[in-house]
Amino acid sequence: MKPGMNPAVAPVAAPHATTANSVGRVMATVMTALLPATLCGFWLFGWPAIYLWIVTVGAAMLGEILCLRLGGRAARPALSDGSAILTGWLLALSLPPWAPWWIGVFGGLFATVMGKQVFGGLGQNLFNPAMAARVALLISFPVQMTAWVAPLPINAAAAPGIIEGLRITLGALSPALDNISSASLLGHVKTELSRGIDLLHLLTAGHAAADSLSGARAGSLGETAAWLIAAGGVLMLFLRIITWQIPIAMLAAVALPAALLHLVDPGRYLDAGSHLLSGGVMLGAFFIATDYVTSPNTPRGQLVFGAGCGLLTYVIRTWSGYPEGVAFAVLLMNSLTPIIDSSFRPRVYGRDRKGVALEPIK
Amino acid sequence: MATDYQRIVKDGLWDNNGVLCMLLGMCPTMAMTTSATNGLGMGLATAVVMAASNLLVALFRDRITQEVRIPVYILIVAAMVTLVDLTMNAWMHELYKVLGLFIALIVSNCLPLARLEAFASKEPVLNSLLDGIFMGLGFTISLTVIGAVREIIGSGTLFADASLLLGPAFKFLEMRILPEDTGVLVMILPPGGFLVAGLLVVAKRILDVRAGKGIQMAGAHSV
Repeated sequence: MKPGMNPAVAPVAAPHATTANSVGRVMATVMTALLPATLCGFWLFGWPAIYLWIVTVGAAMLGEILCLRLGGRAARPALSDGSAILTGWLLALSLPPWAPWWIGVFGGLFATVMGKQVFGGLGQNLFNPAMAARVALLISFPVQMTAWVAPLPINAAAAPGIIEGLRITLGALSPALDNISSASLLGHVKTELSRGIDLLHLLTAGHAAADSLSGARAGSLGETAAWLIAAGGVLMLFLRIITWQIPIAMLAAVALPAALLHLVDPGRYLDAGSHLLSGGVMLGAFFIATDYVTSPNTPRGQLVFGAGCGLLTYVIRTWSGYPEGVAFAVLLMNSLTPIIDSSFRPRVYGRDRKGVALEPIK
Repeated sequence: MATDYQRIVKDGLWDNNGVLCMLLGMCPTMAMTTSATNGLGMGLATAVVMAASNLLVALFRDRITQEVRIPVYILIVAAMVTLVDLTMNAWMHELYKVLGLFIALIVSNCLPLARLEAFASKEPVLNSLLDGIFMGLGFTISLTVIGAVREIIGSGTLFADASLLLGPAFKFLEMRILPEDTGVLVMILPPGGFLVAGLLVVAKRILDVRAGKGIQMAGAHSV
């Protein structure tokens, strides 16, 4: 017992397990888990991707500082927990890697100001800030947000160097984009299907799956390295940062309908593997849907939430005008989180599920 | 009595503004503020309806019994809206084609009804007429400002098509702030309406607090 402590409330029976866990520590672990996939994305898409990442994270932090200042709160403690950095980081991973700088600035500011601080800061927001910003960007700037480039490893001869990359991010070198622009797999499939070309002719043998495995294909930073994202997710599972319910339910809810419909008509519906490894499913399942603030608290609620995210993603991808739907699906399920939380309450100790006291054991 | 009238004018335009303080009439506010011109047109139409129905209800306030007052109010507002609707269709047909659907919806706008219930049914005729006019003008100003912000950010123009509403003499109002094809599209879409309206409510609060009224005071004399 520490000297001066009130003996009535001091813990008496030793030993006590203590933990050094904190918001900052959780955020740091998540960032560590994200690091391999991010570095892989940097390597695949070169300097413009690195600049865009810096700009986006910087804008997210700036938005946080501005709001804290306006609210008369100290910026340093809230900023040093790393949540604003992580928000900007996740957003940057969901952007087209060669997007101009102002996409990153608008998105980063929108994420922390409109997505988070307007609601009262960390822990108060209804929607995932990174996904809210991504959706705002997607509806506001559809052209820039769907300008994907083919991967061009940073050490390749044709890849833009440090200076040239900066000019691409600053938007001064856009014509060069035309030479290497490319559609992501999901976008490509959607366009070709709408032209009446079926998948059997479209995807030559082994094209989709093999490309998805190596990650060397057009897409956002967090889309190409699906396996590294998944590995980061598994690391977080082992460190107990996240639980298995949301990711597994979400992946299953994408894979099951995809596999079934692919079985029915392989000419119209992509296979489950391509669905799982394309777009933001991995990033969404492990890093975005599992956000503590905007997902349900109970295990059963988390299963429902994850399944909803996955199913909506599949529905949006297959039948809507958008090729990708993870961000929309997560936001829609975020809005259902309060209902899920109140419908799937844990049983009160000593009572049954309806809240009636249990018979005492005689 | 001069201070009384000043109070009514100030309430309507700023202190108790229909949109920015009472948050009434949100439906037309969101739907019609995709441009400053639309906001102005909708606001003016609502102001005319409010002035006329406030006047009528104040005139007959002793004859309208407590039990049937709400249906009577609605009928009076609906009659006024029909007048405005037909007038706009006849003399401002181009604008009517844009605003038409929403003019009829002024009937269900809660701001006119709220002022009838809270003000015109209790106050003298002149006060009620003033309240209708200035509450309506306050509504118009809010809608025009929200519309202007959304239009500038969303499509890069300001007062586009203003000559349709105000006549060819106001052609000079139409301007282009940003180059073609550079708008932030979300501002024109429904979420943009909520974002801008919310931020303007914040701005009004900040101004009120700066003016020393305090947040509690700002809404204190709502009726």
